[in-house]
Amino acid sequence: MTILLLALRRLAASLPTLFVILAGLFLLLQLAPGDTVDALMAQMGGGDPATADELRRYYGLDLPAAAQLGRYLWRLVQLDLGQSAIYGKPVATVIAERLPVTLLLMGASLTLAFLGGTFLGVLAARRIGQWPDTLISTLGLMFYATPSFWFGLMGIVLFAIHLGWLPAGGFEEVGAGYTGLAHVLDVARHLVLPTLTLALVFLATYLRIMRASMLEVMSLDYVRTARAKGLGETGVIVRHALRNALLPMVTLVGLQAGTMLGGSVVVESVFALPGLGRLAYESVVQRDLNTLLGIVFVSALLVITVNFLVDLIYGRLDPRIAAGR
Amino acid sequence: MAALRRYARNPAALLGAALLLLVIAVALTAPLLFPKDPLGLAGRPLQWPFANPKVWLGTDASGRDIAAQVFHGARVSLLIGLVATVIAIAIGIAVGAVAGFYGGIVDDVLMRITEAFQTLPNFLLLLVLVAVFGSDITTVTVAIGLVSWPAPARLTRAEFLTLRNREFVQACRVLGMGDARIIAREILPNALPPVIVYASVVMAVAILLESALAFLNLSDPNVASWGNLIGAGRGVLRTQWYVSAIPGVAILVTVLAVSLVGQGLNDALNPRLRGPAPVKAASGAAA
Amino acid sequence: MSDLLAIEHLSVRLPPGADRSHALSDVSLTLAANEILCVVGESGSGKSVLANTVMRLLPPGVRPDGGAVLFRGRDLVGASEAEMRRLRGAKIGMIFQEPMTALNPLRRAGDQIAETFRIHTKLGARAIRDKTLALLDEVRMPDPAAALRAYPHELSGGQRQRVMIAMALALEPALLIADEPTTALDVTTQGRILALIREIQARRGMGVLFITHDFGVVAEIADRVAVMQAGRLVEEGPAEAVLDRPQAPYTRALIGAVPPLLPRAPRPGTEAAPILTVAGVSKTYRKGGGLLAGLLPGRARVTHAVRDVSLSLPRGTTLGIVGESGSGKSTLARCIVRLLDPETGTIRLGDTDLASLSRRAMRAEARRVQMVFQDPFASLNPRRRAGELVAQGPMLHGVSRADAMAKARELFGLVGLDPAAMDRLPHEFSGGQRQRIGLARALALEPELLVADEPVSALDVSVQAQVLALLDRLRDRLGLSMLFITHDLRVAGQICDRIAVMKDGQVVEAGPTAEVFSAPQAAYTRALLDAVPGRAWIPGRPEMPVV
Repeated sequence: MTILLLALRRLAASLPTLFVILAGLFLLLQLAPGDTVDALMAQMGGGDPATADELRRYYGLDLPAAAQLGRYLWRLVQLDLGQSAIYGKPVATVIAERLPVTLLLMGASLTLAFLGGTFLGVLAARRIGQWPDTLISTLGLMFYATPSFWFGLMGIVLFAIHLGWLPAGGFEEVGAGYTGLAHVLDVARHLVLPTLTLALVFLATYLRIMRASMLEVMSLDYVRTARAKGLGETGVIVRHALRNALLPMVTLVGLQAGTMLGGSVVVESVFALPGLGRLAYESVVQRDLNTLLGIVFVSALLVITVNFLVDLIYGRLDPRIAAGR
Repeated sequence: MAALRRYARNPAALLGAALLLLVIAVALTAPLLFPKDPLGLAGRPLQWPFANPKVWLGTDASGRDIAAQVFHGARVSLLIGLVATVIAIAIGIAVGAVAGFYGGIVDDVLMRITEAFQTLPNFLLLLVLVAVFGSDITTVTVAIGLVSWPAPARLTRAEFLTLRNREFVQACRVLGMGDARIIAREILPNALPPVIVYASVVMAVAILLESALAFLNLSDPNVASWGNLIGAGRGVLRTQWYVSAIPGVAILVTVLAVSLVGQGLNDALNPRLRGPAPVKAASGAAA
Repeated sequence: MSDLLAIEHLSVRLPPGADRSHALSDVSLTLAANEILCVVGESGSGKSVLANTVMRLLPPGVRPDGGAVLFRGRDLVGASEAEMRRLRGAKIGMIFQEPMTALNPLRRAGDQIAETFRIHTKLGARAIRDKTLALLDEVRMPDPAAALRAYPHELSGGQRQRVMIAMALALEPALLIADEPTTALDVTTQGRILALIREIQARRGMGVLFITHDFGVVAEIADRVAVMQAGRLVEEGPAEAVLDRPQAPYTRALIGAVPPLLPRAPRPGTEAAPILTVAGVSKTYRKGGGLLAGLLPGRARVTHAVRDVSLSLPRGTTLGIVGESGSGKSTLARCIVRLLDPETGTIRLGDTDLASLSRRAMRAEARRVQMVFQDPFASLNPRRRAGELVAQGPMLHGVSRADAMAKARELFGLVGLDPAAMDRLPHEFSGGQRQRIGLARALALEPELLVADEPVSALDVSVQAQVLALLDRLRDRLGLSMLFITHDLRVAGQICDRIAVMKDGQVVEAGPTAEVFSAPQAAYTRALLDAVPGRAWIPGRPEMPVV
């Protein structure tokens, strides 16, 4: 309960800053050349200034910036993100349509990166200086240095074009009309490459952290105590080192949630996945600033949620948290 | 110096230094070897590498010389990486030093702001900045610097938090030294090594961020950037995959070189730690 | 073959690049069942390596390269790892120095004790629980049932060490190895833990290999003593013989450096007018809270570190502030030099109330009161040269660089350092030399008052004696007044004219050292004096009178 309270406290503390950021971003976007109406008119193939003015009045764009900001924040409190000019729907609806794809992609990548990173990191730490460590550390460095979009493209060349094993893009076979298990398998097939692509750089980071964390923990006094009790190496790792070594990893997941969301912008573009990231890209290109701002807002909420969960997990792993450290 | 000797004994670090020197050499010789505009027409489009000695890495779909773009791209990547890193580290040190040294309300406020920046996905923030201020190379560089400062700030703060309670700092206070002098002359030199090491991570991420932006066609289209070339190669990926493949290798080598040098520095400066990990407060790569 | 443990001609190699080739060279020792053998030595003597070699828990790269360790006749140096695992915890138990870090922070104390049973026996969960509870009872844990469920951070240092002991004793090992088990504990806790080890040893007839640096502890607990220096055995024999009639010159020097638990002879002029008068000083710490502390149900905790303390220090004398950890003695020292701002009270140095000065004004007064710190490694900026560190103070107060450096050179001579070493970096000096640099730095401003916060507690006993003698000499020569913070009553007796005893932020007793030692008024002072290990033993002065 104390843990939940502490996590809620941190959650509450992050909300005011969120609003400050959004206000800042909103004002920033006022500086952008061209507004939604310009974008809309351009899409319609031009139009007379009278129509434009009318549209501006309709969207409230003729008001002074401060008034617009006030209106915007008031709507945010009601979770109303406004209208998307390009899609002709409420921004909230557009985002809700795209969100599941991104969540699925992130969830799968995070799981892969975390489990893979933990396993490889422990393995490398156990065999420090020997060939498994050298191999794992080298691979980790390569993954870390590889731009994910390039890795994705090369994956498409190899697995989709040359070998024909996996689809080159998209979320599902359009028009195939799969249902039930067949649909699940189809989506899974489509997500293999994107998940790998997004996960790789994080896998590299996690394995480095896990390796270092494991090495540090294994040199601590309580590990020596465990050995002095007659515990074998496996027992020492499983019962004493692993949980302690996982603490920095858990923190890292929270810290990197935003980075991962950013990474999905690129990956979704490479694989033409209809997710939040691709929507962000489209709204930049098409100057749909209302949607862009909505995405930033939802992303921030998502990151805050992930951090809330991370706090809860950390609190469960580490009894010192409840005591206020 | 002992640190330098330790660095020289580390083969991975030496490899990193060699690769980095190679990339720097490539960047420096680009105007000499390829004096013409790398984005100008060089020959028939889509020639395979090694087929034509005049354009030995082949040409892309618009008939531009890939080798010339790779060489000139090194200049762009290194320059953006370096400048963005300097910006990010400078802001990071300033914020982290003040927050860590004074603690209390100042720390609370600064850390809230830092957290806020970390709550926003940095690539998304970069998109917003580019959408607002345009995508010429200066803007992109500054924008990358602006989204990369929170991690160095946290690292600097953590160093200051431990160092400010060290007895040697208390001794300076007892001698009657002022805060500014203690921060700049006593604590900062001791806090700097891990931050310098971390700069390699920031630089690697900065290069990756720029390439991702360029790949999405949101960076400056008028400079030869590796990411631009990869993006341009997407259209012919099915048959002429080399157009995208070659610049990707260039990015990989550069980022690898920077990371290896950073790791080598870390091992040389902290000999007792065998692990790598200057990544404590890591933000990782968005790209 | 009646020896429980026989170490024969044992040598242990250090990895290349260490400061010497062997951690241990040709060490031979025996330990009978039912006796306590103390292995005593200064840092770097190899005593801990010896303990870890028996347990085969040496760090990577450190290996035995000659000799044998016979446990009940079986050589452990050549034993398989599987055999060692069967012995560890079951036949040989071990206790470590740091109770704060020796327990896994994420697992309950009871669970960690129970693990020993789970590794070596086939007992059921119920039986293990009962046995664990019985063990906690045996080590005199205040509330065994609660301790069973407690996490390490919820226990005090002494309680954690009890858990460690319970863990080591779980399977009634024939041999207990204790590596400085009381060094990190307060003196009263140390007294209780030593008594506990002695009591259980006698009841169970265990052999105990007890590693320590403290001759007081040796006098308290040892049946036999082995003295080590730089990896070699210097002297070995029954405790009384070694303590009272040491043969080896090294042992004699070491024992001669141990301050006896006696007050110093009263000096003339200790009734001078006070230079420092502290009145009603309080300082509280607030934990938790922050920006939104006021808005949410508060977790902010208030600790009264110093409560309404009043003291006075006659000019030209040394006042000792004695107390255990958490007594507030260091906080008080930091309030006096204004590293911390006291909330109430006055701190009069001469005519100036330091407590009421602004930060800026205090900086100007800084030269009148200076401080020497505890940790010889953390108290010098590792990137500044020794001479510069000493010259820094005068330069801050307007002295030219050349004059300041000349002054530093003079001070180097005064504190017994070679002025030629002025352009070396701190890491090139030993711990004792660094403390001398710290002292020179403080003296460079020619302060009226010197506050010394545990200046010798991180030093080996022989170095400690030298630094104490130096402080004494300088006080006389420079007419210094000194506030000396320490946890060690032996040290306090050696150097202080007057003593104030602190507990929980308050002064419980103050007076001339001789009076406090011979007729302590407060119950706490008596407990503190009683707990000093080996208090009855007067090192190297058999003719000393009884207090």
